[in-house]
Amino acid sequence: MDATIENILIGNQANLEVFSATLQQLAETDRDIVVVTSDSRGSGKLVPFGKKFPDQIVEVGIAEQNLVGVSAGLASAGKKVFAVSPACFLTARALEQIKNDVAYSDNPVKLVGISAGVSYGALGSTHHSLHDFAVLRTINNLIIVAPADNFETEQAIRLAAESDVPVYLRFGKKSMQLLSEDEKTFDFGKARIVKTGSDLTIIATGETVFPAIQAAAKLERESDISVRVVSMHTIKPLDYTQLKNIALEGKPIITVEEHSVYGGLGEACASFLLQNQFTNRFCIIGVPDEYTVTGSQQEIFDHYGISEKGIAEVALDLLKDQN
Amino acid sequence: MSEQELTRKSVEYRRKILKYIYEAKAGHTGGSLSCIDILNVLYNHTLNVDPQQFGSPDRDRYIQSKGHTVEALYVVLASRGFFPESDLETLCKYKSHYIGHPTRKVHGVEQNTGALGHGLPISVGTAIAGKLDGKDYRVFTLLGDGELPEGSNWEAALTAAHYKLDNLCAILDKNNLQITGSTESVCNTDPVDKKLEAFGWSVRHVDGHDIGQLKEALDAVPFEKGKPSFIIAHTVKGKGISYMENQLKWHHGVPDPAQYELAMSELADPEAAI
Repeated sequence: MDATIENILIGNQANLEVFSATLQQLAETDRDIVVVTSDSRGSGKLVPFGKKFPDQIVEVGIAEQNLVGVSAGLASAGKKVFAVSPACFLTARALEQIKNDVAYSDNPVKLVGISAGVSYGALGSTHHSLHDFAVLRTINNLIIVAPADNFETEQAIRLAAESDVPVYLRFGKKSMQLLSEDEKTFDFGKARIVKTGSDLTIIATGETVFPAIQAAAKLERESDISVRVVSMHTIKPLDYTQLKNIALEGKPIITVEEHSVYGGLGEACASFLLQNQFTNRFCIIGVPDEYTVTGSQQEIFDHYGISEKGIAEVALDLLKDQN
Repeated sequence: MSEQELTRKSVEYRRKILKYIYEAKAGHTGGSLSCIDILNVLYNHTLNVDPQQFGSPDRDRYIQSKGHTVEALYVVLASRGFFPESDLETLCKYKSHYIGHPTRKVHGVEQNTGALGHGLPISVGTAIAGKLDGKDYRVFTLLGDGELPEGSNWEAALTAAHYKLDNLCAILDKNNLQITGSTESVCNTDPVDKKLEAFGWSVRHVDGHDIGQLKEALDAVPFEKGKPSFIIAHTVKGKGISYMENQLKWHHGVPDPAQYELAMSELADPEAAI
């Protein structure tokens, strides 16, 4: 079946495909949508966009600093700019341009980090982005979003297009199942509860929300434990209201992210909880501070317990310690 | 504005640069004095900008990549009426917007700069937007010769030529000095003209303190249809003050009272400069 816009938007596609399809839809009616690529139109699934809107795509070659600087210039002239590049290069090579030309300068570029986290798997650490939440969280005036499924991705792209504040969007390239048929609201900074539960809460982001839901199902099935799962798609501004409501119940909290355990979702939550006198049992699941194990994205997830089994084990430990 | 009037303006601007740096006890003196004639001609002759309609999408853009010589930009913007000159009494003071690098919090500043190697990529993006929108505005950027080794300049230089940005003009304030020593000894970038030509730019040389040459070159932009323009302005760091000219220590040196008096006396007679 052709990957038409209609069937892409149904769900269960790679978020990357939804990104590309949504941008095409937006560009149909908005001449100010401009995509800037660094030899990344293929990996960004933007070849059809380039063919359909040749006047709305700017190619700068493999030059990420230039990618972001040029994007800032375009945005300052009123363009709705999506700067698309692998997350590993975009947020490291061009960090100073993100900090100065985009965030500090109020040029509302939409920075799109593709194949984020360990999506590139066995290509190795040069191609992994396990630092991006941490470094970007310290930069003022930047919204940081890691959509989990196709619904969140489409919504995030549409919101980003109209945002006056710079946005960093980050996603991978594997197919993602729709998380919730019921929860159909989306806004930056508002966590989505994709599964209700009362004994423990798993707060996950991006492509780790899916294994969190699997773990919750396993815990209910095998251990009669009721688990809430939250998609914390916006890392900054973090939804402190929702986090507080969850913490007030006094039940254990687990965070899960495709990122270093340092400086990401987990530490953002921990910082809030600790400074607000919450003492819930708490664990951060992510990639530890070591030379990352080699393998596919799934193998790396499994190795570090970013998986149905790994998350469930941590949950059981936290509940056991509590009793 | 006539050449004579512009020449008088340059003397006035040099006096103000020194005054505000002296009072703030901070600033990039040498570089501000090397680029001030360029800014004078840009803002009083070349650029289509208006303080009352600065938000106009059709305005020309000036983006100062060598942000550290912001004092030169401040005195020119004040004289064009973007803000009252008395604002500059807050230069580098607590909570002032008039900090040591350009920010958009100051009316008339196009982009926040300061880290080097950023102005050209932003200018390229702004120029591409002009082409996409079919607008006639032009984009000017001022680079320092000390910042040329930043790789982002060369990335942007490629893109500018690739997109045939003849609405873009980069001006190099080539004063041959940077904080460590001569640009030649730190990281030689000459011959800049041949490098830029090889990258697909159209290049001209001017005496960066000769008002007539600056006017003529800026009037001639684009030098060639379909190519970005590059002006190598040969300048003198500390220009106009005898004891500062070509002296490294005035990169961000601040004059003491006696030095200040001497400098002002050297700039006492604008007619002498004509």
